[in-house]
Amino acid sequence: MVVQVERKEFTVRNKLGLHARAATKIVQTSSQFQSRICIIKNGREADAKSMLDILTLSCPHGTRIELCAEGKDAAEAVAALTVLFDNKFGEE
Amino acid sequence: MSPGNARMVLHGIGVAPGIAIGKAYRVDRNKVSLAYYYLPSPAQIKREKERFDVAVEKAEADLKEIRAKMAGAFPEHAYIIDTHIHILRDSMLYDETMRTIDQQAVNAEWALRQALEKVQQIFAEINDEYIRSRFSDVDFVAERVLQNLTGQNKQSVTGIRERVIVVAQDLSPADTIQLQVEKTLAIVTDMGGKTSHTAIITRSLDIPAVVGLEKVYQAVRSGELMVVDGHAGKVIIDPDEELLNFYYERQYQLERYRKEVVRCAELPAETEDGYHIKIQANIELLEEVVAVIDNGAEGVGLYRTEYLYLNLDQPPNEETLFWDYRELAEIIYPETVTFRTLDLGADKLSTRLRPSNETNPALGLRSIRLCLQEDQTFRTQLRAILRVSGITKNVKIMFPMISGVGELRAAKTVLEEVKHSLIKESIEFDKDLQLGIMIEVPSAVAVADLLAREVDFFSIGTNDLVQYALAIDRVNEHVAHLYEPLHPAILRMIKQAADAGRQAGISVSLCGELAGEPLYIPILLGFGLDSLSMNPLAVPRVKKIIRNASMEESKDCLNEVLQFTTADQVNDYLCELAWRRFREDFELFADGMGKLPAASGIDQ
Repeated sequence: MVVQVERKEFTVRNKLGLHARAATKIVQTSSQFQSRICIIKNGREADAKSMLDILTLSCPHGTRIELCAEGKDAAEAVAALTVLFDNKFGEE
Repeated sequence: MSPGNARMVLHGIGVAPGIAIGKAYRVDRNKVSLAYYYLPSPAQIKREKERFDVAVEKAEADLKEIRAKMAGAFPEHAYIIDTHIHILRDSMLYDETMRTIDQQAVNAEWALRQALEKVQQIFAEINDEYIRSRFSDVDFVAERVLQNLTGQNKQSVTGIRERVIVVAQDLSPADTIQLQVEKTLAIVTDMGGKTSHTAIITRSLDIPAVVGLEKVYQAVRSGELMVVDGHAGKVIIDPDEELLNFYYERQYQLERYRKEVVRCAELPAETEDGYHIKIQANIELLEEVVAVIDNGAEGVGLYRTEYLYLNLDQPPNEETLFWDYRELAEIIYPETVTFRTLDLGADKLSTRLRPSNETNPALGLRSIRLCLQEDQTFRTQLRAILRVSGITKNVKIMFPMISGVGELRAAKTVLEEVKHSLIKESIEFDKDLQLGIMIEVPSAVAVADLLAREVDFFSIGTNDLVQYALAIDRVNEHVAHLYEPLHPAILRMIKQAADAGRQAGISVSLCGELAGEPLYIPILLGFGLDSLSMNPLAVPRVKKIIRNASMEESKDCLNEVLQFTTADQVNDYLCELAWRRFREDFELFADGMGKLPAASGIDQ
């Protein structure tokens, strides 16, 4: 089995940052994939399938983060999450 | 007095108007008490994990059910329940609990509580106030699972099956948000005040509410018949038929009256003889803008900006303020928003700004004085407001508690410095932005003519003015009866400030409870004010009465009233006038068929 590793950098662009609503959307999306997905900020990792982990990573508007997915559907996972980030989670 | 009898009548604070009649439903929010036990065998550990799983599944099913119900009535809040569902299965809570049961061989309740404490610790270390406060969601979710585990499934607001009056000691924001509006006739609580969360939510949902009843939870049984009078702040338990019929009739009449008044809320407040006075709203939270618009207020005359500062270790940053202010200004556009700069006082201090013990906080380091000392906090707020003004151009700034020209100039210097730094950074702001002050300290009235040369507008804040001028602490029960807004001294002071403003050619408004009190409309018109700012819910009725009033008559009324020597005389005169001229706007609010209560409206 081929294990892919995908990485991509983002800036949090919605005005409220990764708060409850945005984190919920990340968890909903990440949970559709088998890959292990994490969000990295200043070297600290948060499980992208854990709402509390994302929240407590504390990423306000403007934070630079790195997304890292590991598993056979890693590319698809990163692509799906990219859409979320690009659309600012459907917020301002 | 109203006819009939009842088992008990309780008096509290009416925070959302309207009359509700229905059965009581007691909601118990006391936390589940927890036992600890050790699991001696692997088989028991396995069973315990299954038991935990069942409890989580049940909580999940319950939440999904709530969500389905909410999606219709309350779509904008449904995501909160999604959040709760995710938290339920979150590895930090779920996996951690399972692991603790396994490793420590303890019961599920105990393991869950431990996991919860770990999460709490992590949240407590976060700087972001918003995220830190989200721990209440985690707590709420864990509480549901714990209730399932212990089988002590307390009645919660979600269990309501028919239209009821919710009776509680206190309701958390999470409870209030879960209320099914269509099943809730009214809310009554033992605790809370005019600005509590329950008060704000019920007002925006238009559900009658009375808080601060102290012992209603203890006094009433679930299923008992109650009447809730949100106007009078009265709760009647088990009324007899005569009293019940009286309230049914009154409820019907009030509904009819309210519908009619709100239907005309968009019409301007212009007297029969063509004098137009602007009617604006006082608000405390961004969420209240809905009420501002629905009730036909012409903009926000007083945005109390303290809310974002409460209970924080650090004042909020510029961006947080900017986005809150910007959203408000954009929604209100093309009407204007008047931002009152931080008026943190004795009763509403955030932890960091709290000065050392003061023996007399109402006369101490507060409001503009505190801002001039905590000058960085003040500058941050001014920057946020100015930046918004550059975008929306409908923003005004108002300094609270100004006591004289020297203090005003010190505050203006700070404002000018902030403007300069924005110019240096090429950040836009509204060059024509109007600056005003609250007239609420007696010394400001005495030098109103001097102050008027320095600003673009006055806003007379009657709540504090009455308190400072009469030396009465209104929450002190021993002297509260001496708190007289109609005291001849107050009327003379308002007149002096209004005249000084007019002579200097600046606009004068009045905010505070006085402004929203329909009984006082004739004298308020008589002062020749440019605008009144009040609780949004008071707007439609005030506008209606003004449309039926005349300026000429109001001036005569004020001249007459200024001859009186006591507040009681003024009040009697105004009641008589209201009864004679605006009977249909007052009779429903009078106590029985007799005398009008001194304050018949609801404000603040």
